Parts: sequence; C-alpha cells; structure tokens
Amino acid sequence: MSKAKAAAVSEGRRAERRLGWWLCAPAALVMLLVTGWPIVYSVLLSLQRYDLRFPADKAWIGLTNYGTVLTSGFWWQAFGVTLLITVASVLLELVLGMAIAVVMYRTIMGRGLIRTVVLIPYGIVTVAAAYGWKYAWTPGTGWLAGMLPDGTAPLTQHWPAIGIIILAEVWKTTPFMALLLMAGLALVPEDALKAASMDGASAWQRFRMITLPLMKPAILAALLFRSLDAFRIFDNIYVLTNGAQNTSSVSVIAYHNLIGGLNLGIGSTMSVLIFIAVAIIAFVFVKVLGTSTPGSGGRR
Amino acid sequence: MAVTGAQKGRWGLINLLVLLYALVPVVWIASLSFKTPASITDGSFVPHQWTLDNYKGIFRNDDFTRGLVNSIGIGLISTLIAIVIGTMAAYAIARLDFPGKSLMLGVSLLIAMFPQISLVTPLFQIERSIGLFNTWPGLILPYITFALPLTIYTLSTFFKEIPWDLEKAAKMDGATAFQAFRMVIVPLATPGVVTTAILAFIVCWNDFLFSISLTSSSAARTAPATISFFTGSSQFEDPTGSIAAAAVVITIPIVIFVLLFQRRIVSGLTSGAVKG
Amino acid sequence: MAEIVLDGVGKRFPDGTVAVHDMDLTIADGEFIILVGPSGCGKSTTLNMIAGLEDITTGELRIDGERVNERAPRDRDIAMVFQSYALYPHMTVRENIGFPLRLAKVDKAEADKKVAEVSQLLDLDELLDRRPANLSGGQRQRVAMGRAIVRDPKAFLMDEPLSNLDAKLRVQMRTMISRLQNRLGTTTVYVTHDQTEAMTLGDRIVLMRKGVVQQVGSPEDLYEHPHNLFVAGFIGSPSMNFLPARVTGDGLDTVIGAIPLLDRMRVALSEHGDPTEVILGIRPEAFADAQLVRDRGVQDQDRYCTFGGHVDVLESLGAEKFAYISLDEAGAIQSEHLAEAFQGNLASSKEVQLVARLDAQSRVREGEDMDLDFDPADIHLFEPDSGLNITENVARTP
Repeated sequence: MSKAKAAAVSEGRRAERRLGWWLCAPAALVMLLVTGWPIVYSVLLSLQRYDLRFPADKAWIGLTNYGTVLTSGFWWQAFGVTLLITVASVLLELVLGMAIAVVMYRTIMGRGLIRTVVLIPYGIVTVAAAYGWKYAWTPGTGWLAGMLPDGTAPLTQHWPAIGIIILAEVWKTTPFMALLLMAGLALVPEDALKAASMDGASAWQRFRMITLPLMKPAILAALLFRSLDAFRIFDNIYVLTNGAQNTSSVSVIAYHNLIGGLNLGIGSTMSVLIFIAVAIIAFVFVKVLGTSTPGSGGRR
Repeated sequence: MAVTGAQKGRWGLINLLVLLYALVPVVWIASLSFKTPASITDGSFVPHQWTLDNYKGIFRNDDFTRGLVNSIGIGLISTLIAIVIGTMAAYAIARLDFPGKSLMLGVSLLIAMFPQISLVTPLFQIERSIGLFNTWPGLILPYITFALPLTIYTLSTFFKEIPWDLEKAAKMDGATAFQAFRMVIVPLATPGVVTTAILAFIVCWNDFLFSISLTSSSAARTAPATISFFTGSSQFEDPTGSIAAAAVVITIPIVIFVLLFQRRIVSGLTSGAVKG
Repeated sequence: MAEIVLDGVGKRFPDGTVAVHDMDLTIADGEFIILVGPSGCGKSTTLNMIAGLEDITTGELRIDGERVNERAPRDRDIAMVFQSYALYPHMTVRENIGFPLRLAKVDKAEADKKVAEVSQLLDLDELLDRRPANLSGGQRQRVAMGRAIVRDPKAFLMDEPLSNLDAKLRVQMRTMISRLQNRLGTTTVYVTHDQTEAMTLGDRIVLMRKGVVQQVGSPEDLYEHPHNLFVAGFIGSPSMNFLPARVTGDGLDTVIGAIPLLDRMRVALSEHGDPTEVILGIRPEAFADAQLVRDRGVQDQDRYCTFGGHVDVLESLGAEKFAYISLDEAGAIQSEHLAEAFQGNLASSKEVQLVARLDAQSRVREGEDMDLDFDPADIHLFEPDSGLNITENVARTP
C-alpha cells in the first residue's frame, strides 16, 4: 500500500499480475518440462519405426504404428481388461465407499478410531498390499487359498485372476472414495433430512431423494477421479500376475513393450492412445455427465 | 436422541466389519513376515512359529537398505521442492488476481489425471540421452511433477480458508507486510502445508512404475521396486518371508503418518475434491 | 486524537466503475461519525481508504493536517474493528489484545499493564487465556474492541462491528460502544447499513448512495430535513409514507383527500418552479387515531386533516401500535430513488399502503375501518424527477 501514488491502481494491479505469474512460473515450468515435452516427444516417436534393438532401422513411417497397435489382438484384449477392471472396481468402490462413508459419518461410537483405521489401506504402498493379496491367494501359503478346494490356483486362471486384481484395487482405493463421499455427505443439510422425515419419508427415501441428489456433484467428482486412476492400473497387475493369463492392462503391455521389447515406436503409440482414452473418459464425465472439476467453479 | 443398547450393539457390529475390512489384509502380511521359512507355506492366518529372521535378513540385504535410502532421499527432496514451488503457486492462486490462473489450475488437474505410463516411454528415452536415467534427479523430476497438482490444489484450498481480514487487521495493528505474513499468515498456513507435505510424500513413496522403468540398478531404485526384484537369499529359498517383511517396513512410516495426522489428512484429501 | 479530512477523496477501479465519487468531509477531533447507506454505496470503500487498506484514486486524505495518502496503515496510527472481528485464531485473548503493542515494541511490563486495563474496561479479564474459538460472539466483539483501543490510536474505524450479533446483544453493544467513545473521546468513523444504529450512535451521519454523499448532518437533521427522497425513505423506521399529489389552487389533491398548503410551502413550491405533480411524504408517526384525538380534545385539532382507511394489519408493540392501512383508489409511485431506499422492499402492488404509528391507547382493530388525523405542517414535498425535497428548509421542527 505504501507504494500507492495517485495513479497507482493500475500500477498496483499490474504488479499483482506480475507477482502472480512469477509465483506460478516455477511450478508451471516443471510441469511443462516433465509432461509437455515428453508428450510432444512421444507423439513424434509414435510416428517412427524405432526399436532400440535395431537402431539402424529407425525411420519415419507415419501412422503405421497406430495401424499395428489398433489391429493387434493383444492391445484390444488389454484394452477390454482395463475397461472391465475400471468399470467393475469403480462401481464396487462406489457402493462400498458409500456404505463406509455413511458408517464413518453416522456411527455413534469410536468415530475417530474408524476414521483413522479406514485410512490405512489408503496409506499402504500399493505394491506391498499387492504382495499381501498375492500370497493370500497362493495355494499352500495363503489363508484365502486355503479355503478353496485343493488344487485351485486362482491367480493362474483368467477370470479368478481378474477378480483378485479387482479385489486388490477395490480394497486399496475404497477408503479414498469413502472420504470423498463423506465430505459430500457433510454437505447435506441436517434440516433438509429432518424436513423430509416430517414430510413422511422413510430412511431409504430420505437417502434416495434428498441425500443422493445433493451429493451428486461429490459423487461425480469422486467417480471421475477414480475412473481415471483405475484406468492407469499397473502396480497391482504387475505384482499379482504380471500380465499372465491375459490379465494385462494397457499400462502393463505398454510397459512390457518398452522394457521387455525396447520398442520405442510401438510403446509411444500406446502411450498416445492411452492418453487419448483418458482424455475421452474425462471429457465424458465433464461434458456429458456435467461433473464439475475442482476449481472450475466460480470460486474466486 | 437417546442411544439404546440395541443401537449400540448394531453400530458395534457395523464398526467391527469396517475395522476387519481395513485391518485383515494388513495383519495377514505382517503375520507372513513373522513366519519361519518352514511354516511359511502352512497357509495359517497366524504364525505358529514366530521369528524376526525375515527382518534381520532384509536389513542385511544391501539392495533393500539402499532402496530404503533412495526412497527416503528421493521422497523427501521431491516433497520439499514440490512444497516450495507448489506453495508459491497456491498462494498466487488463492490470493492474487491474474490472467492465466484458471489455466494453471486446469493444467494441474490435467496432470493429476494424466496416465503415468504415457510419460514413461518418452521419459525413458529422454533421460537416457541426457544422462538422468538411473539417477536420483531422474526420479525426482517426475515425482515433483505428479506431487505438484495435489500440492497446488490442496494448498490453495487451505489458503483460501485463511480469512483475508486477518492480514488487514495485522496491518491496522501496525504490522509491516512481512510481519503480517510471518506473525499471522505463516502460523495459520503451517498446518495446511504440513498436511500437504505428508500427502505429497505419500504420492512419491507409493510410486512403483517410474521407479522400475527409469532405473536399472540399486543406484536410484526405490524400495517398492527393489522388493519386486527380491529373489530370496539363495535360489532355492522362497522370497515370500523377505518380501512380506519388506512390505511391512515400507508401510510403517505411512501408517505412522496416518495415525498421527488422521484428521488433517482427511481434510487435505477432501478439500480440493468436493468444494469445487 | 485527530481531525480527519477527506478532500475530494475518490475511488475509481481500473475497469472504470466508480466506488466513491469525490468526497469532501471534515471529521472533527473526537467526533463520532457514521457512514451509512445500502450495500454497495461505497461506505466500506471509504473506510478502507481512510484505513490505508485501499488506494485513494483522487483527492487528498489528511489526518491532523498531514497528507497520508501514501502512508501504509501502520504509519497512520489508526485502529480498526472488523465485521468478522478478524481475531487471530492462533493467539489467546491476551495475545490478541497485546498484538499491536508487541508490534510497536512496547515494553513488556507496560504492555501487560495496558492489556490488563483494557480487559478490565471491557470485562474480559476472565477470558484472557482463551482462544477466539472458545468465545461467544459478544465476547469476540469485545476482544476486537480491546485490540483497537489498547494502543490509544488517533482514531477508530469500525466496519459494521455489530452486524454479526443477535438483536439483543446488538443493542447492548451499541450502548457499550457509545459509552466507550464518550469516555475515550477518540475520533471514530463507524460504517453500518442499519439506520437505527446510525441514528442512535453518531454525532453526525453521512448517508451515501452509489458512491455519492446524499446528506451529512446530525441524526435529527436527517430525520427532520431530509435532502431528498432517498434520505427521507432511508432514515426512520417504519419508513416515511409516500403518495402522489397534484398541486391545485387550494392545496394538494391526494388519495387521502385535499390537503391545505401552508404559506411557507407555497413559497418553497414557487421557488421550485411551481410543479403541478409532487410526491408527498409523511412519516408514520405524523398520523394519529382520529377517535383518540377527539376523545382527548387535543388543541388545534380543527386544522388537522382527516381521512378514512381500512386496517389490514395491526401490530401491537406494547408501547405503540403500527397500523397498515390500504386505500382503495390508488396509483403507486414509481421512483428509482425510493426503490433504492427500500432496498427492493417497496410494495409493487397497485394499491397504496400507508403505515401509521399509533398511540398504544388506540382501540383500532384489525379488519376494521378507521379515521386518521395528521397535521398538514408535518408533510414533506418532493420533486418526482430529481427526488429533491422542496420543503427541506421549511419543514417544521417540533
């Protein structure tokens, strides 16, 4: 304020802009450098034949890589598995997460304990938890496998393995979903629920007709976050099956293509395709379902 | 509303189910880590013979200790840098008016949702060509990038909650701009910054994909990736016990954070997402 | 202690909107002055410019004769009480009150003494070790006051300090602030949107609208001699009644009958170019229950005007009664000056409704017809277009 002169308003405003830009610059620079440049680079790589095992064959080949990937059975298999895992785990998380959210919000005793313990799956390193599930279902070693008939090894069969992957994913990320939903529950005014019960609504009707509609923004935002997160599933599959029995997700085959196959051209093509898929999911949520992303609202 | 015994009983049962849900898998892996090699394949939920050998073993394993050092070092450095530059950006977003603010938020959101695998292939090639592959900075850079959106979002919500009037009030009470910042804003912002730092650290600590893709030796490989390379002390020995023990070790710091800062972590995780 | 002078002080935002038009105001040393007006009238911006929290675009602000436009708030030696109280949540009551002293590097023992004095004065001594979160609204308000008075500033600025309190507490705190200001004798600028607060607290009132000062004067002045329709409608509760009126040879022709014009009003009208259409303003308290007037045999009652109406609603407040009267044939007034004064609460219906403030003795009942008396000397006349009060200087002073 001391810098204020008679005509200082616009000057002060310009200074505010400059300060804003300077403060954001380092963060923007890092994000741009570490994501912007690689994205451009991977688009470039995806237009080339570039296999690190045969560097001499490097050449510009246009969209051939896209043709190769999009006609590959492995890609579509992985894509289907990824979609299945995403949809199934997010739906299960929504139901389970809602239940846990209600318990955390309404329980009449031990609320602090419940809220703390529920955070543990969130805090656990995904890889560590995945090993826990892997051994639990390993015949001989695991307490869960021990409950199955002798000779069944669920992780070596396609559908049981997918089921276990979904289980591991759901267990680990439901608490996060539950927290988001609980915050949404807190936005439902107690008075509206009281008014509804005065109007003769049963507990279920109150939940369905008051709580759910009021929570819709919170639910959609949580679904958006979790869907995009589930779509990039990698750690759980890598540990549980490493892609065996056709359980690869798109992230897993892209990884194997890079590290195992050292095929930069094909790997980059997959990267670009995955990026596009994620963008489409986000677009559907934001435009079609009307999810409001944080910060896009009118708040200051 | 009076609480009846029946209600208490019902809630007790429901709470118990939630506790079992959260704890059983954790207890299982801990139990596995205390089993002797002979009993590890007995499939029992509780160890019959207890041993600490698995823990002794992994701490004698140089790769694992090196992985822990890498994880802690890379995690702390990434968190520190992300917090410093994220705080600057979040302060600007919460307190200042400038064009490009919503673009900044939009880009952060985009990166938060970005599939990491899409970066792995190009980063692999770029880092190899500029000598960052298999080094600490090679992991620190992507970690900062993926911790930043969280940092910016969470902190700017925290900052928005600090009442503007307080800064004005401090100025009216005779504070300089810096005094107002140091004596009023910093004490109020610290809890938010600490919470965000914990969340950012969890993000870095939890990473697996970058760590297995952008490293080739224990020089920079973090603990979760190291575990996936465990083969057992000899080729005849099953690594299950060691892996379980290592999994418990890398889980402990996070569980401690969670137990200590439960309330704050909850508010941090939900602040950005719900208020929209 | 200080004299504050606003010499053409104005605030224009970069996008061109003008928050405060060049404002001239001299606030005397020790004066309690109220800035009042509907929201968005520029009163808070004015206060913030005096505080130094907002830049002054034009004009000069002088405190004790010195130009302070460029001075930071801390160099103006002014204390402020905020609407939100702005207590530091991480400090105890003691630390909050002592904060300005700490910044001023006042000696510790001296500071402790001052804090003790102030907390005694404000009845806060029991609460010194609590945090703001553990205080009630009234207690927080007192802490904010304490923080302002502890360092003996040249002036106090108060930004709607009572608006977050419930009605009863507000009245109590109002008296407390009044007493405190009398006792300390410190120049005080007080912002409020509540005309009752303005009337009861201030030595002088500055009534603002859309960044322009409408009238400056004592509460009585604004009440008895409102400068225009806006002032007339804003000051007083319930608000002044307004009716369309036609000037005829004999007097005024209105929906409440013919009203004779006093000579001084005729003069005033001719000075304003003899308009044929005017707006008649009459305060609710100017009406009386005709029955009661007759029963009591009030002197001079023959010069009163009488008209009949239907009592729609009767509010009995114990000491007085408010009668809401509807008149059949109508023609409500459309005036932007009024719309703003009533902040959108102006009845939009075609029929005219009057409010009369009656003696508690009145036996009028809801749903019945009644006769009302008023003294034609109590009316105000306004120009419909400019809203100016034609009778500003001729209205009678009781």
